[in-house]
Amino acid sequence: MTENKEYKVVGTRPIRHDGVDKVTGRALYGADFQIAGLLHGRVLRSPHAHARILSIDTSRAEAFPGVKGVVTAQDLPSAEDRIADLGEGAVNLKHLCDNILASDKVLYTGHAVAAVAATSPHIAEEACKLIDVEYEVLPPVLEVRQAMEPDAPLLHETLKTTSMGETADEPSNVASHIQHTLGDPEKGFAEADIIIERDFVTGTVHQGYIEPHNATAHFNQDGHLTIWCSTQGAFTVREQVAEILQYPISKIKVVPMEIGGGFGGKISVYIKPVAALLAKKTGKPVKVLMNRTDVFEGTGPTPASYVRVKMGATKAGKITAAEAYLAFEGGAYPGSPVGPGAMCIFAPYSIENVIIDGYDVVVNKPKTAPYRAPGAPNAAFGSETVIDELAEKLDIDPLEFRLINGAKEGDRRADGPVHPRIGFIETVEAAKAHPHYTAPNGKKHHGRGVASGYWFNIGLESSVTINVNSDGTINLIEGSTDIGGTRASIAMQAAEVLGIPAESVNPSVVDTNSVGYTAVTGGSRTTYATGYAAYEAAQDVKRKMIERAAKLWEVDASNVQFEDGVFSSINGKEEQISFRDLCGQLGQTGGPVVGSGTVNPGGAGGAYATHVVDVVVDEETGKVEILRYTAVQDAGKAIHPSYVEGQIQGGAVQGIGWALNEEYIYNDEGTMTNASFLDYRMPTCLDLPMIDAVIVEVPNPGHPYGVRGVGEVPIVPPMAAIANAIYDAIGIRMTELPMSPDRLLKAMGKI
Amino acid sequence: MARKSHVQTTINGETVEFLCESRQSLLEVLRDELHLTGAKEGCNNGNCGACSVILDGRLVNSCLVLGVETEGKSVETIEGLAEPDKLHPIQDAFLENAALQCGICTPGFIMSAKALLDQNPNPTEHEIRYWLAGNLCRCTGYDKIVRAVLDAAAAK
Repeated sequence: MTENKEYKVVGTRPIRHDGVDKVTGRALYGADFQIAGLLHGRVLRSPHAHARILSIDTSRAEAFPGVKGVVTAQDLPSAEDRIADLGEGAVNLKHLCDNILASDKVLYTGHAVAAVAATSPHIAEEACKLIDVEYEVLPPVLEVRQAMEPDAPLLHETLKTTSMGETADEPSNVASHIQHTLGDPEKGFAEADIIIERDFVTGTVHQGYIEPHNATAHFNQDGHLTIWCSTQGAFTVREQVAEILQYPISKIKVVPMEIGGGFGGKISVYIKPVAALLAKKTGKPVKVLMNRTDVFEGTGPTPASYVRVKMGATKAGKITAAEAYLAFEGGAYPGSPVGPGAMCIFAPYSIENVIIDGYDVVVNKPKTAPYRAPGAPNAAFGSETVIDELAEKLDIDPLEFRLINGAKEGDRRADGPVHPRIGFIETVEAAKAHPHYTAPNGKKHHGRGVASGYWFNIGLESSVTINVNSDGTINLIEGSTDIGGTRASIAMQAAEVLGIPAESVNPSVVDTNSVGYTAVTGGSRTTYATGYAAYEAAQDVKRKMIERAAKLWEVDASNVQFEDGVFSSINGKEEQISFRDLCGQLGQTGGPVVGSGTVNPGGAGGAYATHVVDVVVDEETGKVEILRYTAVQDAGKAIHPSYVEGQIQGGAVQGIGWALNEEYIYNDEGTMTNASFLDYRMPTCLDLPMIDAVIVEVPNPGHPYGVRGVGEVPIVPPMAAIANAIYDAIGIRMTELPMSPDRLLKAMGKI
Repeated sequence: MARKSHVQTTINGETVEFLCESRQSLLEVLRDELHLTGAKEGCNNGNCGACSVILDGRLVNSCLVLGVETEGKSVETIEGLAEPDKLHPIQDAFLENAALQCGICTPGFIMSAKALLDQNPNPTEHEIRYWLAGNLCRCTGYDKIVRAVLDAAAAK
């Protein structure tokens, strides 16, 4: 279905529609929202990683001047152990509610316990200190393998392991076990000339968006609840708040403000239901803001993990079998991304014999939330390092090794699906031919590494409405919050259909009452699925406009064609009218034209990336410096190449941070000791070179312009690419993330 | 409640008077009292630079300055940078280079870049990276931001 032709708008680089608002400070983000009579909320959080709540006394806080209301879990509707379906899979409602405000136990330092609304943020903060909570402190468990031990402290007395459909009898911290098998792994390993098996450990890392979570809620006297907030999905906020408060979705309106980054971390709700509870209790609008420590301690990081990978290959370099054991921390409640990790780990390769085991394990850390290709980076760190070692031992160039084994259309993934047309091989070929890869590399302590990655991408539901203006422009109404320039990439797809410039589209992201259902900005789906809806809405406009031209010329609509923005009559009258001129005649031809498009497309088309990195290792300090970085990625079709490059560069740099520096550091009591930007230490621009983003275009057959999602896969290869470069530099295989100076010094035997 | 202080200062060339509590930062005053919400709070402890403004010609994190400290001083914020009919060259360069994704760090980066170019009109890439290291961006990987500042310097 992919259209094969030259495009006029698709593939160009217009200025983004929301650009001027964002460079002048006029764009309004969640925390910028103001309304008369506003109260300010603040959440009290647990100082303990694991404790039973014996009592909560809010009376001193309630009596404090300026305080207007205090809420605890008692104010939430009672949540039994029942299952809620929030579109992204089944969720235990008690777990969902307890993560908003703890009822019986706190399960991580930073777990929300109570909240105060007051006339100023400072008063609310002071009043939080007057809430008396009595705890019975319990021993915490902070590491996935310890949590899996039979005698480990239990987080949930009722949690029992489900393993491939069967539920165990005894409670455990292991929430679930999954397994994928393909072929006969035993036979495959027997056929191998060489087998490599390694263990890997990755740390807990945070999405690190610069804007903290925020929410302002107001309950009208008629029971209508409005929430203004930064979110990756206004509709998912509506669903989650409705479930948690047991309130009808028809009475909840979510207004998405501009969002200051998310990377998966602004899908789950935290303070939005709390703001709603405070608004209900006080009868006033209440704004709740997190500070940076709240964000680190109280919102989803992506999990630490233990990964074991075993792979075998023949002397000729053909992989014969692969085995993976993935144990991921879910945090305080089940829900780690071990599933996607298992789906992605061997997906770049065509391997006949595979076995993958995955474990979702609870520990006393914040409940994990999605983070850019969730689960895939943890898994790929292991598999792509083992691939590098296989290639090295077999004396085959690592990119050549990937070409020998690379997955192609028709190959089956171990978890079931058969690949449609994919562009993995093309990314490897482009990396191999890149001047970076062919440049000399051999100075002392300098090294070069490569790694690849896969992310499956998702489709899901999107809706777009287009209102045609009399001056030949269109207003495009969408429900996808714009985190990285998607107003432009969506508008451009409608513009292409209608033969108008990108600048003739006015895109608006609107509230849940004003557009059809639209799933989250996540899963690399927005330019793909909402863009697809915009394409369909523009097609609807085109059909209606053809009818108007036919009416004008008194011909049958089948005798009107539309090309390059001009309607013309065929078979008879030689008439022509431009899109713009016809827009001026809508009144006389039947009234306004409104087009709509709704989709739930299945053909998201997986994305592949191959990265090349040069590093230098400082022997004295253990510091690894990134000297040069090239990231190749199949974008299917890059609608706006600048923002595709931006996704690739940003994803690669988040990966660099994960590889070299970022981790939650805990003390023995289970409290994070580096819960600030200074101590968590994400990459700054001084840590980095330019990131060369190379776009490969292998059109996705599941989209009219061939789009594949681009946002997530660039974070998958960096950790292994850098580990492989460090090996090239100093001859040591690093198997633990982050590869921080102290770990390098230990590995080199210096400390 | 603490008595509020009366402060007179200059913001973006205009004389401004406001009342604030002693504990309120300049960032809080700008955002909550004066509704100049272009300066953003990312950390409230000087780590991220999203609240960068220029105070008497010097780049500061407005979360680390008290509102009362601005008495008699001059503050430049992102809201004062563009002319009525024309963006500042740094703003243009950010748009042309697609140097923003979510945009939350953008006002801080632009003010920081302005402070740099005011004192060093032709910085090298390294000088730009050194200067902007106090501003965090999590979306872009900084590549396009650095290019935008290089372009803005060349355009001046």
